[in-house]
Formats: sequence, structure tokens, C-alpha cells
Amino acid sequence: MAAPMLYDVALSITQSYGSPAVGARQVVRLVPPTLPGEQEVIVSSLSADPIPDERRDRRDFFGNGVVEIAYRGPQEHIDYKVTARVRRLVSPPQLQLSPDIAGLATEIAKVRSVGPDAPHHFRSASPRVPHVPALAAYARKSVTITGSALECVETLGLALYRDMKFDPEATTVATPVAEAFEARHGVCQDFSHIMIGCLRSLGIPAGYVSGFLRTIPPEGKPRLQGADAMHAWVCAWCGFELGWVEYDPTNAVFANTDHIIIARGRDYGDVAPVKGVLRTAGMQDADHAVDMVEVPA
Amino acid sequence: MPDATTAPVTDPILALLKDYHPPKGSADELFDGNGAIRPVWRDFLNYFSTIEPEDLVARFRRGDQYLRDAGVFFRQNTNDDAADRAWPLSNVPVIIHEEEWRRLSDGLIQRADLLEAVLADLYGENRLVTDGYLPPSLLASNPQWLRAMVGLKPVSGNHLQFIAFEIGRGPNGDWWVLSDRTQAPAGAGIALENRLATARVFPELFAKTNVHRLAGFFRAFRDSLQTYNTAPEGRIGILTSRQLNEAYLEHAYIARYLGFMLIEGEDLTVENGNAMVRTVAGLTPITAIWRRLADSLADPLELDETSQLGTPGLVGAVREGNLHLANNLGSGVLEARAFLAFLPKICRTLLGEPLKLPNVATWWCGDSAALEHVRAQATRMLLSPALSSLLPFDPDDDIAYGAHITDTLDARLAADGAGLVGQEIASLSTTPALIDGRLVPRPMSLRMFLSRTPQGWQVMPGGYARIGQSEDVSAISMKRGGSVADVWVVSDTPVPLDTMATQPVGRYPRPQSGTLPSRAADNLFWLGRYVERAEHMVRMLRAQHLRFAEAGDRDDPLQASIAAYMEDLPLDPAKPMPEELLGTLDSAVLSASRVHDRFSIDGWAALRDIANTAVELEPNLTPGDDTVRAMTALLYKIAALSGLVHENMFRFTDWQFLSIGRAMERTADMAAVLAHFAADDAPDGSLDVALEVGDCIMTYHRRYSLGSQRDTVVDLMVFDTMNPRAVLFQLEQMRAQVSKLPGAEDHGLMSPLSRSLLKIHSELAVKTPETVDTEALTDLVEELGEASNLLSTAYLS
Repeated sequence: MAAPMLYDVALSITQSYGSPAVGARQVVRLVPPTLPGEQEVIVSSLSADPIPDERRDRRDFFGNGVVEIAYRGPQEHIDYKVTARVRRLVSPPQLQLSPDIAGLATEIAKVRSVGPDAPHHFRSASPRVPHVPALAAYARKSVTITGSALECVETLGLALYRDMKFDPEATTVATPVAEAFEARHGVCQDFSHIMIGCLRSLGIPAGYVSGFLRTIPPEGKPRLQGADAMHAWVCAWCGFELGWVEYDPTNAVFANTDHIIIARGRDYGDVAPVKGVLRTAGMQDADHAVDMVEVPA
Repeated sequence: MPDATTAPVTDPILALLKDYHPPKGSADELFDGNGAIRPVWRDFLNYFSTIEPEDLVARFRRGDQYLRDAGVFFRQNTNDDAADRAWPLSNVPVIIHEEEWRRLSDGLIQRADLLEAVLADLYGENRLVTDGYLPPSLLASNPQWLRAMVGLKPVSGNHLQFIAFEIGRGPNGDWWVLSDRTQAPAGAGIALENRLATARVFPELFAKTNVHRLAGFFRAFRDSLQTYNTAPEGRIGILTSRQLNEAYLEHAYIARYLGFMLIEGEDLTVENGNAMVRTVAGLTPITAIWRRLADSLADPLELDETSQLGTPGLVGAVREGNLHLANNLGSGVLEARAFLAFLPKICRTLLGEPLKLPNVATWWCGDSAALEHVRAQATRMLLSPALSSLLPFDPDDDIAYGAHITDTLDARLAADGAGLVGQEIASLSTTPALIDGRLVPRPMSLRMFLSRTPQGWQVMPGGYARIGQSEDVSAISMKRGGSVADVWVVSDTPVPLDTMATQPVGRYPRPQSGTLPSRAADNLFWLGRYVERAEHMVRMLRAQHLRFAEAGDRDDPLQASIAAYMEDLPLDPAKPMPEELLGTLDSAVLSASRVHDRFSIDGWAALRDIANTAVELEPNLTPGDDTVRAMTALLYKIAALSGLVHENMFRFTDWQFLSIGRAMERTADMAAVLAHFAADDAPDGSLDVALEVGDCIMTYHRRYSLGSQRDTVVDLMVFDTMNPRAVLFQLEQMRAQVSKLPGAEDHGLMSPLSRSLLKIHSELAVKTPETVDTEALTDLVEELGEASNLLSTAYLS
């Protein structure tokens, strides 16, 4: 197991509106939570500017921390700032203790629960990852169906890393998964959605993880893709023994001490960093910056 | 009146039923299992057999006419024809004895309690899943199971308050539940309308038959919703969607009937966990809503993020316990067909007793034993999506009739058993329908409604029946040309004559005029403007073609000047029925359709008549006399509409916005006409055009014996406050109405709108006809535009 790592994270999101937005109400998922055995939050804060008229903190169905913010009057901009000190604990799974896909189906059938961790939520189509036949065909072609679930996850992740081009200019947050896959390009969101669709088509429950990636790599290691923005990767359920594993297809690695988790859900829609409908006629513009720096021991 | 049970079967009845042969293998409503006429139908048949065929046609027309007049129409989902069709009413009611109804009611009340208990579990502890009574995927893969609602307790303690069931009678005469409607069941308004229409078709019979009335049911529902209406001066809302469809019309109808406020998601906002209505008087709290909008669409922030119809934060208001929704968000989960496979067993577990009324036998193919059963019994099965919430036989559903399991079906079962259910092909009972003058048997299903009151569940003694177009049960869908019939629940003894008019016990605050939602005010304002604008266009066209008829199309400076004015409007001077006029009328109809609950039914009919007339005239209109006549006809119709509206509409805030819109448009039109036709360089005859378009010719010539002079024309059309079309008169009207609007004055200070209108008014009032030149008039039009913007900002957004 890799040694725990300590990080300082700083995130800022700025949203500006061409014509002032009236009655803005937003739900944000930006603050990393403490996850026993995975990460420990020593201190964290989220601030909004201007100071909102309403603020409520709660948890969503999947257990993610949610902050709801509302303004009454017109706003020309809404900015969020997050700072946190987080200790990251886990290392990637080493043991091949997962069943094959047929065995996985049997195990899933034994889970009599619809609790937040239950694999059932992550098996069928979700709003942002509909059933796409091309994904299923690709998945079948890419993996050895008799291999363990964990092997399938890794093989598929490597295949996507090989076949897909990381291109921040090619897609937007609204690009459908089928379209990004067809062109074999996109950012972490597209990589993750595509991998989720593939895994589900194989019968492996899969979900979406949003988080941060360390900005400056350890000495001698290459800088990771997507490190200067919020990041996303995939979680997959590999049976009772192994449970959920997390894989980052944009960088072809299992999530490790370079990754800090913010939220988990079925797809981007469940964990979107900022969600909110504004009554504005003008253009909206949003920008964000992330800094995740190792704190020297 | 003959005794129902002993009246003999007369020859006319035999003649009436000579073509009535129910198909073998299914039950019939008219005949019992032994082929005898059910006693409850006797009176109807006796009466029906005495009606002459011609009379019958006239009677049915009366029923249809009632529905058309009521503004009820059903938009058929066909690609070729987007036109509105009359409500398909099957005029022959379905008649059921109250004893049988009582048994049905008992069964459905038990089922309602069961469904409530299941919902409490699905959004609570989830014991049904952990104990193995429900497969997890029935929730986890079900888009109707709203994760945002998990763990939230409804403020009333209950998820369900108004539900419906679709039921049918099987071959052996017993009833089956075909579908549970727990989301936002449609049709309570349809039941009411059918009742009123059918009672008009058979008035004498209805009066002397002991048919249970519907009003008591609605009153009890209204009263029980009222107990959650805790906001001071608050009103109960009906939350509808913005689409103009048959559901919306039903909502508008029932809102009028119950005195509820029709609101759309956009009318609501949430502050500190409280739902508020945006009204012309500002934000007004609302605590009780009859939700008729699909729950997933109700809040884009926490539910379907693509919804354009919802209110951000609505889930929050429910979470905080400040909003009662009938039914609660998430209740639609039970409409998924696969639940029918599990409810019989769940009933024994949760209620400790079997279902009193069975549901259609259903097998969920995600279970291997059930799957094998479906395969083995395929010939008797109907295979359909497990999570579909569509009614049985809906053509939009992906249904396979199981005559045999084909290879593709077998592959599908193997690949996605959890996505499919098998159901025993339901054979429905038949009931009389009059087709081509003959009574023939047609399959039917019944929709029954239940509402929860402090005294427990109440069952509507009535409802409606869906009647198939042919003998094929699948033709029962309205989308496939089916129709609906009233349901008469008949007693052997006189029934109480209940109406909504009797004052119920409880607190009823008089509706405040300020509770007009801003969106409704916006539509009323624009309705006023569009109708007036259309009238102005029609008058211009008439003036144009009158001159064309006289002078032909030779080079004529006056005609060129008229054309130039029209182009500025804009109004295509080259067409007798320009696109712009048709478009303006369409816009008026659209605005009116969005305030269906506030605009009178007669007004709606008159407005649609104008728009339809214009469309019908368009293809064959020739320039000149023909167009003059057509425009005159349209003017009469518009005048009739204005009369209807302004003579009959209550002087509530609704009317104020309508008339402010009208006054604003009229003022601007008059000023623009004078700016153009009373300009110094206007060609000869221009002043007469102005007088004509301003409808002032007669008055002018009575008052001034000389020919048209600029100053006198301007005096009459701008300054004469005896003239309802004069600019000053309209400005005074507008100021009077605006001063009565909420917030017109704030601690003695005028609102920006009041100030702006005062400025326009006073600047004009100190002028004389000589000094009101084209520039002054053009400025006035511009300033009015600014006032209109101020009005929008203050009240309409």
C-alpha cells in the first residue's frame, strides 16, 4: 500500500452573466468529503461571492455533500471558492479477487438493497449514459469475456486510453456520449461516460466519480491529463470481495493517491459541480481553476 | 316510471337490440352471464327505444355542441392532421348498479391503502426490497423512482391523495385492475364534462333516473386539500404544464370548477424553502398544490435537469415540509407495470389480507420461474416493457402479442428479462355504443377515481369508460380512435342532489384579485394588444381596398401612402389577407389559450372563430370589393368579441391587464395613423383615411359640416375625451386602470409606470391640435413603448 498523501486543494469557479441573472438557485457539489479508509478531510470551506441570500448544506441520495445557494436579486456574477486540506489514503487494488462476468451477475442478484452503494443503481442506462449499441460492440471486442471483472475494467480502460484522443477543445459538457465516442475524442467526462457505458453493457455496474487530480506530478513522473481542472473517473463494482474499484481512463490508471474524490453518482448529472437554472436572457460564461498541491510532511 | 326490476322487455327494445351480439368469450355490461338484460339497463332501454332516429341525431349533436362550447377538444396524435377535433364522446352511458359499484369501491379503497403503504416503504425503509418482496431493479432502473425523494416524509403524512384506477371486467364477469394511476391521473375533468354533456343528451331520463351525482366527491376533495392551505390569503393551485394539449384544457376546466388557481412551474419560485406564486402583487405563499405535472419535470434542480416546465427548488419546499402536493413527488413509481406482478403477495404481507379486487395477472420476466411460465404460456400472453407506465393497449408501447414466442422475442427475453413483463391477454367486457344508428357491443374499460379525505378514501360515483372503436380490445386507446362514455352509477332509491354550490364547512377566503399570476397577466395584456392590433390591421386593409375598388391600381399618391404606412406596421400591402394579420390572430389565440381558465368560454369561441374565418377567407380573396366585404365581416366579429369580453368580464385584475393592453395598442395605433395621414405633406384624401381607420367619420361629419381639415381631425382623434378612440381618452383609461394595480403607489410615491403615463398624458394634454405635429405623435408612440416595458418589469415577469 502506498503511503498516505497530504494535499492542499484550492478551487475557484467564476460564472458571469451578460445580462444580470435573476433569482439564481444553484446546487453545488464541490467539497471533498471524508470517506473512511479512502480519504480524510482535515479542514474545508466553500464560499460564495456575492454572499448568497440562502445557503443550505445537506447530503444527496448517494451521500455526496451538497450545498444549495440562492440569490433573490439580479447577479452579474457568482463565484465559488473551495479550500481544503485532505489526507488521501488508498492505493489501487492489487489482488484479482473478482468473479467473472457470469459470477458477478450471480453476486449482484444476491444484493437485496437499493441503498446508495448497491450495484443495482449502476447497471442500466442513466440520463447521461443511455444505451448506445456502438459502445456495447466496442466493449465486447475489447475484453476477454471470461476474464475477471477487474481485468475487464483494466483492459477496457487501456483500450479506451489507446483509442481515444484527449482533446479539451473537441467536446462540451453537453456533448452526448455517442457523439464523443463516434469521434473518439473528448475530456475526462467523455472518457468516463464512454467507459461507464461499456462496462454496463458487459454487466459490470459502473458509476461516475468527480474529483481533483494533483497538479504537479511527483518528481520523475509525467504530469497527468486534466490536472488543472476538475477531474472525473469511473467506479465499477467487482463483486463482494473487491467491492467498488475506481479507474481513471483519461490517464489509464486505477485511482490512487493522486486522486481526491468529491462525489459519486450514476453519471455527470448526479454529481455536476454546479447545477442551476437561471432566468437570464444574456450569455453565460463559466471558468474554473484547480490547484492541488502536496503538503510537505 | 316502471319499476326497473319488473318492467317487461318490450318489442321496441328487441328491435333496438337486433344488432347487439356480444362476442363469445367476453362479458357484457348490458346482458348478464345468462343472456338476460341486466335490470339496471331497463329504464334506459325503454326510454332509448322511444326516441326517433332523427331525434337521436339531434340529441347527440347537442352533447357534442356542449363539449365544443366548453372549449374541450382532443388533439389527436396523428401526423397528417394537427387540427383540433371534437371530443370523441360515445353518447350512450355505461350503467352500473350501486351495489356492484360498492363492491368495486371496497376493493379499490383497499388497494389505495396498499399503494400508500408500498410508497411509504419505497421512499422510506425499503423493507420490501431487503425482505425480498420486490426486486431491487424495479426501483433502481426505474426513472419514476425519484432518488431525491428518498427519505423525505410528506408533510401530510401521505403520498397519495388523488388517484385513479383503470379496471376491466373479465370473461367470467369479475372485475380486474388493469393499471394503477398514482402519478397525476388525468380525467376527473373529463368525467365531469361527459356527465354534463350526456345529461343534455338524455335530460328527461337523467332527471328521473337515480344517478349518483359527482359534485359531492369533488367538494370533499376540495375541502380536504383546503386543510393544507395554511398560507394567509393563500389559494390552492393546480400545477399544469405549458403545453397546449387535452390535459391542459382539462386542468383549466377543473380549475374553474373547483375555484383553484391554474399555475405553471414558471409561476412558482421557492424562497427559504417556501413555495411562492409570482403574482402581479408580488410573491404570494402557496402551501397546497394539486400536481398535474409529471413529477420528474417538477424541479430541474433536483429532478430531470432538462425540464423546462418545473420550478427550481420545489423539492426543497417539500423537504422542508412547507408544501403539500397531491400527489407527492415520486408517487408515479407505482405506475410501472411490473408492480402488478408483486402487489398480490405484498398485500398479504403489508395488510395481512388478500387483494379484494385482483389485478391483471402479470409475470416479471426478470425472475427465472416467471420467465419460464411466460415462455410456456406464450400464446395467452402479452409482452411489454416492465417499467412502462402507459395504459394497457397504448399504441406508443412496445407490445408483443404472444401468439407464439418468436426467435427475436426469445432473444429479447434472454437478454433483458428484467425489462419485460408477460400479462394475460385481458378480454374486456363489451358495452353498447351507437354506431351508424345501431347499438353494437364495443369493448370498454372503466376509470375510477379516489380521493383521500379526513374521513378516509372517497370513490367518485362515476368516472368514465373508454370505448373501443372496433371489437378488437386493443382499439380501446383514444389514440387509436377510441372514445369515452359517461358512467352512471344507479341506485334503486332517490339519490341526494348534491352540487358544488352548497357552502361547505370550512374556511374559504375570497380570492384576492392580487393573486393573478404574472404569467397569466402577461398573456392577458398581450391578448388585449393582439386583438386590438388585428382590428387596426383589418381597418387598414378595408381602407386600402376601398380605394383600390374606386381607383384601381393606377399611380395614385394616396394608395402609395397607404401602402407605405402598411409596410411600416408591418402589413404586406400586396396581399388581401397578409401573413401579418393571420400571425397576429394566431398570437391572440395562443395568448388566450394560455389563460384558458380566466378567459370566458364564449370569448374563446369567438376569438377562434375570427382566426378560423381569416384562414378560410385567405385562399380565395381578390383585391377590391371582395376584400372590403371580407374585412367588414371580420370587423363585425371582432366587435362581437370585444362586446363579449368587455360587457361580461369581471373587473378583476385579469380584466385590467386585458384592457390596459388594448388601450396601449389603440393609443399607439391612433397616434401612428395621425403621424402618417395627418402629416403636412400627406396626399389628398389622407385625413379621410385617418377618420375611417379611427372609426370617426360619422361623428366628424355631424360635428363639422365642412370637408376634412387637419386641425379638426386631430382635435377629434386626439383631444376629444368624448371619443372612445381618441388618444387622450385612451390615456385616461390607461392611467385609471394602472392606478388600481397593486403597487401603483408606494407611500404616496407613484410607481415608475404611473409616472411615465402621467408624463405622456400631461405633455399631450397641454398641446393644441396645431402643435401636435408628426414628430410629437411619433415621440408619443415611442414613449408608450417605454411604458409598456415598465409594465412588463413591474408586473409581468
